[in-house]
Amino acid sequence: MSKKMQITLNVNGTRHELLAEPRTLLIHVLRENLGITGPHIGCETSHCGACTILMNERSIKSCTVFAAQADGAEITTIEGLGTPDSLHPLQEAFREHHGLQCGFCTPGMITRAAQLLKENPDPTEEEVRFGMAGNLCRCTGYQNIVKAVLAAASEINTAKEAAQ
Amino acid sequence: MIPAAFEYYRPDDLQGALALLHEHGDEARVVAGGHSLIPMMKLRMAEVPHLIDLQAIDALRGITVDGNRITLGAMVTQEEIIAHEGLATLVPILREAALQIADPQVRAMGTVGGNVANGDPGNDMPGLMQCLGATFHVTGPDAAREIEARDFYEAAYMTAREDDEILTAVSFDAPNGGQSYQKQKRKIGDYATAAAAVILTREGEHCTGASIAMTNLSDVPVWAEAAGEALIGTDCGEDAVIAAINAMQEAIDPTEDNRGPVAFKRHTAGIILARAIARAWSRA
Repeated sequence: MSKKMQITLNVNGTRHELLAEPRTLLIHVLRENLGITGPHIGCETSHCGACTILMNERSIKSCTVFAAQADGAEITTIEGLGTPDSLHPLQEAFREHHGLQCGFCTPGMITRAAQLLKENPDPTEEEVRFGMAGNLCRCTGYQNIVKAVLAAASEINTAKEAAQ
Repeated sequence: MIPAAFEYYRPDDLQGALALLHEHGDEARVVAGGHSLIPMMKLRMAEVPHLIDLQAIDALRGITVDGNRITLGAMVTQEEIIAHEGLATLVPILREAALQIADPQVRAMGTVGGNVANGDPGNDMPGLMQCLGATFHVTGPDAAREIEARDFYEAAYMTAREDDEILTAVSFDAPNGGQSYQKQKRKIGDYATAAAAVILTREGEHCTGASIAMTNLSDVPVWAEAAGEALIGTDCGEDAVIAAINAMQEAIDPTEDNRGPVAFKRHTAGIILARAIARAWSRA
């Protein structure tokens, strides 16, 4: 066992200081040290995307980043996107369009989709499928996930236009 | 999946990283995006007692376009390559290849330096860099030196970089002509069953220059010089493509694994090369 190091993470707008071994994976720090259990552990081999979070405004798989590498980073998880009383448009769209069945992949799906829509606010269906290719779902067959992301894009764009 | 314990370092300049490498010798490795090394550490197929993170070294970042010469800092991510408009115009094959690597989240972390320095035969950038005739820049404790991409790879995970050197950048001239990177893979995120990088120049109906490299069909990337020569002077028609494929088959040495038996890989390599030649020719 190596010495623990002090790590600072800004997660969903809150600054956390904690001690962890450098080898601790970021997903474990989030779930076990901070109790942020939205990001899930699926494959643990950087394939499935259930652990997807935003780190410094990039979508990443938190099972393949050491907590030490994330020291000082700005992190957003599904908990930072919406609340039960005020859902993020993507969360609302996943509910509306039945974009989940078991729900295990959903936090990663929505967190990835949020960044995709920031980078490309009005994607085509093909762009959504390509942009979400790092997230696996074993239930839905993806049809309703793609529908939900497209619907959320439209909703967000309409709200933006209305605000202008 | 917890890796063996290690000490973590985040030096803020290259000299600091080189000093740590020198101090810890075989027990130290540098990490860029980590998306090759960390999975191996988690599987305990790699043990790294001293892990040197390069993320804080600004000198390893950035894409520079100086006239026709392009330099990619080792820490440039695949995502940055894809997003760079200048590169998309000057060297479209780079973006075409980067888009076929892994998935969006992995491309956000994965770097060009890690991809070329790792020496994994499955990585896509080594073959592409051989096709481009790129130069790799490495710095050791005493001096910096340049190594041609075509001379860099010795065997799987064995390269011309010494253990106490760090690969700092990759540079190449923007190529003339039509370009294409074609890759067959089983699923998103997989390494290639076979991939081909092709750059062709043409005058009228004649091919005047050709560079062909193949990925994951040997324990190193394969720059198939004779396959390119088989196209020069031809119209890149059916006979010429067959001659190029036959020459490529002489140069590759695939092995059976979970992507299929040797005969299937050779078949796939032929199809993919024909596709890349046709695409590059149509763009030339």
